[in-house]
Amino acid sequence: MKELIVILMGAVLVNNYVLSQFLGICPFLGVSKKVDQAVGMGIAVTFVMLVASAVTWPIQRFLLDRFELGYLQTIVFILVIAALVQFTEIVLKKYLPALHKSLGIYLPLITTNCAVLGVTINNISDGYNFIESLVSSLGCGLGFLLAMILFSGVRGRMEGNESAVPASFRGLPITLTAAAIVSLSFLGFGGVIENLFG
Amino acid sequence: MINVLIAVLSVTVIGALCAVLLVLAAKYMHVPEDERFPKVRACLPGANCGACGYTGCDGYAKALIENPDVRSNLCIPGGDATAAELARVLGRAVEDVEEQVAVVCCRGDCSATQNKYAYEGMQTCAAAAALFGGPGSCSYGCMGFGDCAGVCPVDAICLNDGIAHVDPRVCIGCGMCVRTCPHHIIHMVPAVSRVVVLCQSHDKGAVTRKNCTNGCIGCMKCEKACPSDAVHVKDGLAEIDQRKCTHCEACYAACPTGAIARFVGGGAPQAPEQQ
Repeated sequence: MKELIVILMGAVLVNNYVLSQFLGICPFLGVSKKVDQAVGMGIAVTFVMLVASAVTWPIQRFLLDRFELGYLQTIVFILVIAALVQFTEIVLKKYLPALHKSLGIYLPLITTNCAVLGVTINNISDGYNFIESLVSSLGCGLGFLLAMILFSGVRGRMEGNESAVPASFRGLPITLTAAAIVSLSFLGFGGVIENLFG
Repeated sequence: MINVLIAVLSVTVIGALCAVLLVLAAKYMHVPEDERFPKVRACLPGANCGACGYTGCDGYAKALIENPDVRSNLCIPGGDATAAELARVLGRAVEDVEEQVAVVCCRGDCSATQNKYAYEGMQTCAAAAALFGGPGSCSYGCMGFGDCAGVCPVDAICLNDGIAHVDPRVCIGCGMCVRTCPHHIIHMVPAVSRVVVLCQSHDKGAVTRKNCTNGCIGCMKCEKACPSDAVHVKDGLAEIDQRKCTHCEACYAACPTGAIARFVGGGAPQAPEQQ
């Protein structure tokens, strides 16, 4: 049980995919303008990560490892993720049309969200078993959600205060600067897990 | 050999399973689209140029269906035919499209202007404009690297003697070049226009004259010559209000530098004046 908590908290705080490992920056910058959209995107990505790990782990273990097809890992995983994202899009369009509309083009782009591919491949290379990889992907998804919410809050304040930003920094430059500062703040979590549970 | 077979088979099987999942999902969770959407979309030309102000033809079609206040004559490339077709499908009154064409408002070709420095950087207008307003002696004028020609979807723009020219018979009026030009010297004018001011320099007359022999020096002769109050000089530059213009060409005759030029529009090729 303790190992699972360590994996979960580590994925959310210490090895946060967006803020510490810089994966999945495209939706992080693209959909973080409003908090509700950011939450929707975070949940969609978490869902895709969870299902993708649940599907790719058995594929890796029972197919690729058994027949020594490790070199097919990337292509097979991307195939599975792309199908899952399409599936998520169909589900959202049917049951949550408002969210589907507000996510717009960024929803199909989860297909190429490297955080999703990253979490499935890291689960394998870290040698996690099935339960551990599920927990790890849940943690990564929650970490992504947390980063999106934090950053959309920061951005909300900046958008309302356009005049406080120097003219040459308005728009993307100040957004990237703010992202860097939020990312710096996550450095503070380094070592927390080791000291709590170590 | 067997290894290759296993690899190919496994990817194929996984792909097929994913396909089955998606087909089933699409079947059981199908959301019926507005049945007018395919019809409205079929009326639009599909250039996705953005002249209507929406994100592509799909966006415009959706806006037309969802909001009855969205006007049906915004598709400039499609012209009157598309507007009429849209009005028929949507059951509205037909609104005419005012065909527009792009004009590069600069006559500062190589014989009229000099370079103030030798530019050897990236060969794009956007990069050159960032360096002291471009290499040309006139910082308002066309730099001639052809950013506009690069974005034109119908190849209506050619570069000739250091400046860009729009062929009005080919131009579909999408406005992409207008948005691209870093000096903002490309303007949309009604296709029926007969005279245009081919200069954007707001400098004083003497400065403009020094930089370019074809520039507008703000002498006010055109303003005085115009019988219908359509031409006015603002900030040292003549401007023609095409809505008041009666195509008498008095300003063209009066202009001492040639900054006001005759313009043979055309817009849609079916315009009767063209043939």
